[in-house]
Amino acid sequence: MKNKDLLVAALQNGSVIDHIPTDKLFTIARLLELEKFVEPVTIGNNLESSKMGKKGLIKVSGKFFTDQELSRLAVVCPNMQLTVIRDYEVVEKREIALPARLVNVVKCANPVCITNNEPMKTIFEVDKLKGLVQCHYCGKTQKIGKINLL
Amino acid sequence: MENRSIVSIADYSREKIQYLLDMAAEFERKPNRTILQGKVVATLFFEPSTRTRLSFETAANRLGARVIGFADPKITSGTKGETLKDTIKMVSNYADVIVMRHKLEGAALYASEVTNVPIINAGDGSNLHPSQTMLDLYSIYKTQGTLENLNIYMVGDLKYGRTVHSLLMSMRPYNPTFHFIAPKELEMPEEYKEYCKEKGIKYIEQQDFTEDTIADADILYMTRVQKERFSDLMEYERVKDAYILRADMLGKCRDNMKILHPLPRVNEIEYDVDDSKHAYYFQQAQNGLYAREALICDVLGITLDEIKNEK
Ligand SMILES: [Zn+2]
Repeated sequence: MKNKDLLVAALQNGSVIDHIPTDKLFTIARLLELEKFVEPVTIGNNLESSKMGKKGLIKVSGKFFTDQELSRLAVVCPNMQLTVIRDYEVVEKREIALPARLVNVVKCANPVCITNNEPMKTIFEVDKLKGLVQCHYCGKTQKIGKINLL
Repeated sequence: MENRSIVSIADYSREKIQYLLDMAAEFERKPNRTILQGKVVATLFFEPSTRTRLSFETAANRLGARVIGFADPKITSGTKGETLKDTIKMVSNYADVIVMRHKLEGAALYASEVTNVPIINAGDGSNLHPSQTMLDLYSIYKTQGTLENLNIYMVGDLKYGRTVHSLLMSMRPYNPTFHFIAPKELEMPEEYKEYCKEKGIKYIEQQDFTEDTIADADILYMTRVQKERFSDLMEYERVKDAYILRADMLGKCRDNMKILHPLPRVNEIEYDVDDSKHAYYFQQAQNGLYAREALICDVLGITLDEIKNEK
């Protein structure tokens, strides 16, 4: 708990992504393109967690993620937690859930799908029960966890 | 504006299917009309298919419409790098209906999203081919007097044969019993067997194709077994003659049994079957005209009543 307090306390405006599995931390960091950020970024890994044993955490100043950006993360790793901070106050705290429909996040695995041959957005319907996403255009399914992002 | 495009009929309701069958029957009664006078139908064949294109163009002509379009993608701007969207947008300025065939899966659905002109999918890749399904349904309905409770035997290439996949899904409301007769390498894909299980559709899989195994069929739906579909050519040599229908196999079959085939055939139906009362594949192709007349009218919002009341 001490670790977490330290990491979160100093943030005036920005976002914290928490409950990141330790083996996914660097994938998530890469997806967020953290190397392009100019304001302070804190990355912690192997932090103690009562829920997960060990976890990763990313804190970025001055950044508020869009739903589109968060969808990409949820496809790679469900159940992470987002905390949004404004003026040192927590204004939002929620799970980063997979939306029912992913627009321009997933690349279709079917080489003869129209989406791989035409400049257009991809659309995938999410079936959380079956753990699948299905291409709106060609109908091909992919397992969540083995998905190629655009 | 409501988009009346027909991309797939796999999820059509019993009522909607019946409505289209009734409309096709009305066109069979009187195929030549003027109800589309002043309309322009575009046939865009990004992938060539002479048979399907001629059928659609005949349907449009017999209803009094004019036809524009192309039959070969090499002569269109597609090869100059124009996107599908741009081609559809351009043609939308000229036509009241667009009939399109494309080699890429999902192309018809995408086209229907970028224009207000109704699209009729004349086949997109191995994906969907609703006008073929509609003429199959019409042929079954016409020959059996119903779509209910039939034994439908599908024979040959059930792996890549998209017509059997579409037909399977469209028969969902009618309590069919399917028999899938195919070599191991070309058997019905898992996803369609899963579909049957989910929807409570009965099916039996078998590899033997004999006089006895087809005795209870109401419909025998034959497909091509093509050499290029086999990864193992030894396997092809072993099974290539096992799924050929001969006249001497029809001795035990039901009186009402009809043989369908999406055509063209290669060698899977012997020519001696053509003279049998069970052979129906040529009439089936003719039914395609009536089915396509119905689809064109439906996407234009022309109702069955309007067609019946046309002077
Ligand atoms: Zn796709």
